[in-house]
Amino acid sequence: MSIDLSQFYEVFIDESFEGLETMEAELLNLEPGDVESEIINNIFRAAHSIKGGSGTFGFNAIAEFTHEIETLLDQIRNGERELAANHVDLMLKSIDCLRDMLRAIQNDEPQESEDAVQLTQQFRAILADETPDPSGTDSGSDGSVESTAPVATKVTNILDITFAPEPHLFKTGNEPLFIFEDLAEFGDMEVVANVDKIPQLNELVSEDCYFSWNITLDTSSSAEEVQRVFEWVEDDAKIEIKVVAQFEEEIEVDSELDALSDSDGQSSSPIQSAEPVSSGPANADNNADHTADSAPSNTTPIKPDSASKPEAPKKEFRPVASKQKSTDKAKSDSSSIRVGTDKVDSLINMVGELVITQAMLNELGEDDQFDHSKLVALREGLAQLAHNTRDLQESVMRIRMLPISFVFSRFPRLVRDISQKLDKQVELKLLGEGTELDKTVMEKISDPMVHLIRNSLDHGLETTSERIEAGKPETGNVTLNAYHQGGNIVIEIIDDGRGLNTQKIKQKAIDNGLIEETDVLSDQEINELIFQPGFSTADEVSDISGRGVGMDVVKRNINALNGTVEVASEPGVGSTFTIRLPLTLAILDGQLVKVGDNIYIIPLVSIVESLQIDRSKVNSVGGGVDVLRLREEYIPILRLHQLFNHPEASQSLDDGLLVVVESDNEKVGLLVDDLLAQQQFVIKSLEANYKKVDGISGATILGSGSISLIIDISGVVKMAGLKKPGQAGLDFTKPLSEAV
Amino acid sequence: MQSVSTTSNDPQEAINLITAESENSDLVQYLTFMMADEEYGIEILSVQEIRGWEKTTVIPNSEAFVKGVINLRGTVVPVIDLRLRFGLPKVDYNELTVVIIVKVELEGQIKIMGIVVDAVSDVYNIEKQQAKKAPEIGDVENRAYIEGLINVGDKMVVLLDLEKVLSL
Repeated sequence: MSIDLSQFYEVFIDESFEGLETMEAELLNLEPGDVESEIINNIFRAAHSIKGGSGTFGFNAIAEFTHEIETLLDQIRNGERELAANHVDLMLKSIDCLRDMLRAIQNDEPQESEDAVQLTQQFRAILADETPDPSGTDSGSDGSVESTAPVATKVTNILDITFAPEPHLFKTGNEPLFIFEDLAEFGDMEVVANVDKIPQLNELVSEDCYFSWNITLDTSSSAEEVQRVFEWVEDDAKIEIKVVAQFEEEIEVDSELDALSDSDGQSSSPIQSAEPVSSGPANADNNADHTADSAPSNTTPIKPDSASKPEAPKKEFRPVASKQKSTDKAKSDSSSIRVGTDKVDSLINMVGELVITQAMLNELGEDDQFDHSKLVALREGLAQLAHNTRDLQESVMRIRMLPISFVFSRFPRLVRDISQKLDKQVELKLLGEGTELDKTVMEKISDPMVHLIRNSLDHGLETTSERIEAGKPETGNVTLNAYHQGGNIVIEIIDDGRGLNTQKIKQKAIDNGLIEETDVLSDQEINELIFQPGFSTADEVSDISGRGVGMDVVKRNINALNGTVEVASEPGVGSTFTIRLPLTLAILDGQLVKVGDNIYIIPLVSIVESLQIDRSKVNSVGGGVDVLRLREEYIPILRLHQLFNHPEASQSLDDGLLVVVESDNEKVGLLVDDLLAQQQFVIKSLEANYKKVDGISGATILGSGSISLIIDISGVVKMAGLKKPGQAGLDFTKPLSEAV
Repeated sequence: MQSVSTTSNDPQEAINLITAESENSDLVQYLTFMMADEEYGIEILSVQEIRGWEKTTVIPNSEAFVKGVINLRGTVVPVIDLRLRFGLPKVDYNELTVVIIVKVELEGQIKIMGIVVDAVSDVYNIEKQQAKKAPEIGDVENRAYIEGLINVGDKMVVLLDLEKVLSL
């Protein structure tokens, strides 16, 4: 029977991409010289799955290449090799390379790549303890020479393991023999089987396990790593692992070490479970050389040296405290197309309810003798239907919602690469990674964010020397923070750099003719100028930013998502960019308003309040706009009928209602004839078949089948001429009639 | 428009006309419609459907010839009054007023729009080579919309360049 494996390619590739993401994220957590075994293990596991998968599907180039990574990881994991900065660099490059190879498979192209060959050579060079050829790539970081010197620190643990399984061990499908085989790979091992508990033959249940074992293991691995071998039997056995002794020694690494062979891949000594056995020498000097039988090989085991003669003159031993660090991180396990079963389950429940409601309404409808008495039931049914529809809609929307960590997860790598290029020390903090937002919004917000982060790194943060001079910590901080606020998601990009240079920005704006020299602008207003087209204060164009794609593009992209971007900055303290986005693009809550014969929709999120105008509080400012004084605030009144040119609407302030809306932190009042219902709307594009209309963000279809237009608040404010480009406040001086 | 005897105001009849015509590779089929007693033709392949006039939603601050948008099975479709587009005198819409829904490519984007005309007339097989250029006198602006003039029997038909007409 042959199975067409190609049907699983897609799954394999998806999983591999995920694995690579995990590897990348974990690699960035690694600090050279301070290796957390948990992290290394995570990377190793991901690499191992990719290797296994690619081997299964016959993608041998990937399998072989991953094998090289695994070998290096294995040595680091076993403490045979100190992790150096260039290792991380090399592995990150390998991840890029693997991504390319996987994409090649997706596109049915040959997976072999030049890069892989080159990187493989670099791996081999490291594994053979040679300094990597700097001509290969530009990875040559300075730390590489020391770290690959033929001296390594080796930690030796002597562990005493008690393994006492419950009688039902075998029924759970576990085989102690395999555990011992795994253990044997860690190092020299002695196993003593305890047979005391074996009952008389007439009482013996043949399926039960009566053994327990005492194991003495001499290994370079930590107790936690050894513990992992027992992962599957933890619940079914008593396991105690005691560190009897721990030594650290400096050893000379045999330069002819055949480091390329994989200790994982080779079978270790077969162990007779009931007998005390000693595995083949599996010490660090010769980790790869597991002998296939239990007889002592010609290599001298390290154990007699280290255990019985700890004061051996050649070696320095000192006990070290075992390092333990808690690894607490918010993991983003979900992937782009996966939906939690809870979400699907709730959806199924809703559909169930919907079907019941439908059946009930159906019954009412089929009744020939429909009379008034059934009207109540009909109304109830309809109310229930409305309720169901709303719930169903919310559930479906939830499926589209994904945690923002999908976007955030790519930034650690970006920050690392850029900070290396700029030679700045940067720490990236991610907050609120679990904040959910709509998938379409997420896809579109990524590029603007990349731009803003590049900007913060390049222009915002000072160089290390400048920071020291300014009395700041050497390492600059960039924080990404996401949270929900009202119907919006807010994303902040905060740096503790030098802040915006208002002088320079102002000068540039004057040069570009954006403002007049005589204009008096507040710092905030000056800062907002950076979002104007054609504005770059970069003294010279660098590779990172300032390539002409300015903040105006960022702002435009965000505005296109119905969002806003703002900047707050304090010289010497840092800058904060705040992006505000609606949670979803497709559906919005809106207020229907009447202007003349036309029905418009105002997004509910932007409405602050609606009120009848008290004439005594209305003032006309300089012949321009009418302003309403409302609780010590001055609200300019925009007559929608005037802006939208509907002369049939009521002209008087007394007849209409004022809807106070907020946009870009400014409040304005929209004069409408009447307020109608509040409803949810599916947004339709007006531009698809027509063109952009000032003051209108889209259209929707009402229950009656006719179309209603959605008011774009910030567009309306702009139409009214209340907003000067780049200026934060509203400009009341311009007559409204002139603006329209 | 009532003066033209050959005119059909029934959309279904117009569609029947379209389907009845035989295919001929040399010939291009044009749908013609009446406006202020003149017969205009548009390529039939760009015609999506023919509808009666329905009330539109007005787009604020749009040009007078943009009558607004209608809901065409969930799609927002703008409706253009061709009379006003050509500067012809305005007529009141009634239940016989026809909206031709057309598909045009504008700046690389396929757009669906409706054009309001007095009445749908006929479908002709036209050899494009026979079309003559519009005379270089008269209204310069409107001439840009005209692809050519052609005689069909004893009538003259103005062939329209829809893309130019609908570039707003």
